[in-house]
Amino acid sequence: MNLFRLFNKKTFPHGIHPEEYKAETNKKPTRRLPFAPEIIVLLAQNIGKPAKAIVFKGQKVTRGEIIAEADGFMSVPIHAPVTGTVKAIDIVNSARGGKENAIIISTSPSSGQVISDANSPQNYLKLPREELIQAVKNTGIVGLGGAAFPTHVKMSIPKDRKIHTILVNGCECEPFLTTDHRVMLEKVEQLMLGIRIAMKCVDAPKTIIGIENNKLDVLEAITPHLPKDGSITAVAIKTKYPQGAEKMLAYSLLGIEIPSGGLPSEAGLAIFNVATLAEIGALLPKGQGLIERIITITGDDLKKTGNYLAPLGTPIRAILDYAGITGDEVELILGGPMMGTPVRSLDVPITKGTGGLLVLDKRATKQADILPCIKCTQCLQACPIRLNPSELGQLAAKRRYDVMEEDYHLNDCFECGACSYVCPSNIPLVQYFRIAKTLNRERHLQDG
Amino acid sequence: MAKSPLKIDLRTSPYIRKAPSVPQIMRNVVYALLPLAAYAVYQFGLSALVLMSTTILACVGTEALFNKLSDKKSTVTDFSAIVTGLLLGMTLPAGFPLWMGAVAGFTAIAMGKTLFGGLGFNVFNPALVGRAFIQAAFPVSITTWTPALATDRFIEFIPSTLALPFMKPLPTAEWSTQVAIDGFTGATPLALMKFQGIFTDSYDLFLGTVAGSTGETSSLLILICGAYLAARKMLDWRIPAAVLFGAAVTSELFYFMDPSHYPSPSFMLFSGGLMFAAVFMASDMVASPVTPLGIFVFGCLVGFLTIIIRLFGGLTEAVMYAILFANAATPLIESYTQPRIYGERSKTEKKS
Repeated sequence: MNLFRLFNKKTFPHGIHPEEYKAETNKKPTRRLPFAPEIIVLLAQNIGKPAKAIVFKGQKVTRGEIIAEADGFMSVPIHAPVTGTVKAIDIVNSARGGKENAIIISTSPSSGQVISDANSPQNYLKLPREELIQAVKNTGIVGLGGAAFPTHVKMSIPKDRKIHTILVNGCECEPFLTTDHRVMLEKVEQLMLGIRIAMKCVDAPKTIIGIENNKLDVLEAITPHLPKDGSITAVAIKTKYPQGAEKMLAYSLLGIEIPSGGLPSEAGLAIFNVATLAEIGALLPKGQGLIERIITITGDDLKKTGNYLAPLGTPIRAILDYAGITGDEVELILGGPMMGTPVRSLDVPITKGTGGLLVLDKRATKQADILPCIKCTQCLQACPIRLNPSELGQLAAKRRYDVMEEDYHLNDCFECGACSYVCPSNIPLVQYFRIAKTLNRERHLQDG
Repeated sequence: MAKSPLKIDLRTSPYIRKAPSVPQIMRNVVYALLPLAAYAVYQFGLSALVLMSTTILACVGTEALFNKLSDKKSTVTDFSAIVTGLLLGMTLPAGFPLWMGAVAGFTAIAMGKTLFGGLGFNVFNPALVGRAFIQAAFPVSITTWTPALATDRFIEFIPSTLALPFMKPLPTAEWSTQVAIDGFTGATPLALMKFQGIFTDSYDLFLGTVAGSTGETSSLLILICGAYLAARKMLDWRIPAAVLFGAAVTSELFYFMDPSHYPSPSFMLFSGGLMFAAVFMASDMVASPVTPLGIFVFGCLVGFLTIIIRLFGGLTEAVMYAILFANAATPLIESYTQPRIYGERSKTEKKS
């Protein structure tokens, strides 16, 4: 693949070029979404352990105060998104389909929704590394790009590993979504601050911001803010899906491959999403917590589309009411059309990892009849990990899930969906792989 | 909220797709073959047209028949049977008896495709299975070539075309000498090379003004049509490239050893059915490997075998058997050429 790099700088081999649909929202400045009368705060908003509720029914809470605390290392606290009264601590529907614990807050209509100033501002730059990471944890921040992996865990690099570069992911390669685009335009200073904090936390000398070249206005806006010493640089990379995947970004920017099954730190890298770092830069100095995030509301059948600052816990129903939905049969997706999660109930709330609410009707591709694989190799030429989806798909049809894992690297698939996107036989390849992975996990649990 | 309750469709990502469908791909292959078919009709006249129509009808008819027998949803509309029929017709000599063409079409679909489970499961290129069958069954007819550009080709059939089923076709040698514009020998460039040691000029081969099977005479036209498909990403250019590479390297090796005895690589590349087979036959997606290295190995194997059989085998045309052999080797090739994935650890690393 070195030959590839010789001729194709700043991108990765394979991948696809889906229609972007970003022009509908990327020029719209972020506006505040009205507070919903009822806010549903899920306790499990991150990968790892859910937070533990520390409020009781009937308690009055102020916007910004901690309502659930971190339960161990792989967990972060949750702050009240609104001022109001705790209506219940109950089990509610989650986006993933199951039931989850949540704190339900009735928004106080008369409150000015001023953020609690219980936490005092900190002189963060004086803090030693461990305490700075603890301060990051206290903001309740997780990866805002969608994975919702606790950021402080990412920053706690094992002692035997040295981070040489931080990569900041400003690709936003999913079609339709424009939140990171707006963050990079509107929160440049906070982003730079966040980058400096992250550099201190992981002890990295260098940072590269990778931005897809469909967002050159961002590059222009960021460049004046970059330090003169060259420790932070911003680089345009090719617009291609899935450029924003960690593994692809590492290859596009530096030609480094993150070892299979390993963390970026194994290759000397730490990778953060732009929105995550911008929030750290905004919250940490003030000692505040994460209570809202920017989401893109976009798609078909909507009267209002755009980028909105939404309180975490706002139910989908409230957003749809506000945006004015006109269709009567649609697909609702949290996130982008390639990797987003389907919404199973209108009472599902926005969480920390939600980058957008996408409504698809006309522009969704309906599943057509599945035909046999004709071995056209389109999926092999699309897979960014260079797997063999054709063979994997045929094995999945035969339910040879063990062979898929052992001989065909099933677990290296990060489910970007490029294979399903290009298949002329309409084979739902990535969907098969998800099933295979789930069943393999269950099997391994049974085997102990 | 909307007046009527909002219905939500549930399914998992990705929600958007963009790919040509299988029928679209097959239809484009037909489009790409049409100029070649037209040129064949121009060269060989009425007989070529009727022959190609016969093989197509036989293929489509057989497909429909087996769909009906097996109670499966009809796959006639996916154009794949038409592709097979057209490809088959183009590899036959223009004066090939029609009833034998129908047998070939039936065999191609029945034994080459349906037997394995239909499109996507065929181990071999169906058109070549059909051709291999009749090569064994009617060895004389399939090596009887008639002159191109015969004088009355648009108004009369080549005498052998209309042979009755199970009857021996009329001899065409005498007819050929009557209608040929210049001294026609009936021998293809490959036969001339093999049996008489005469090498045809590569330029004539390139343009296609030589004797040969219906659709395979003009390398230039084949390359243009192939380029159209490759540009539309419906043909994997790597396969023809690898086949031609394999053939060129192998023949260059022999040419280098003894130029007076062995033909030059350019003769080998442009003669016989190699170009047509490389572009349209070897590249049959279903029967060729999917892995990048596998595609290269497969192509080189086809090219290598073609040259070896041409030089040392008893047959004049070899590419058909070379492809069938490589088709059979495809699963083996694939199992040894799985791609190295992103960030793959070496074996020693895995154990630790």
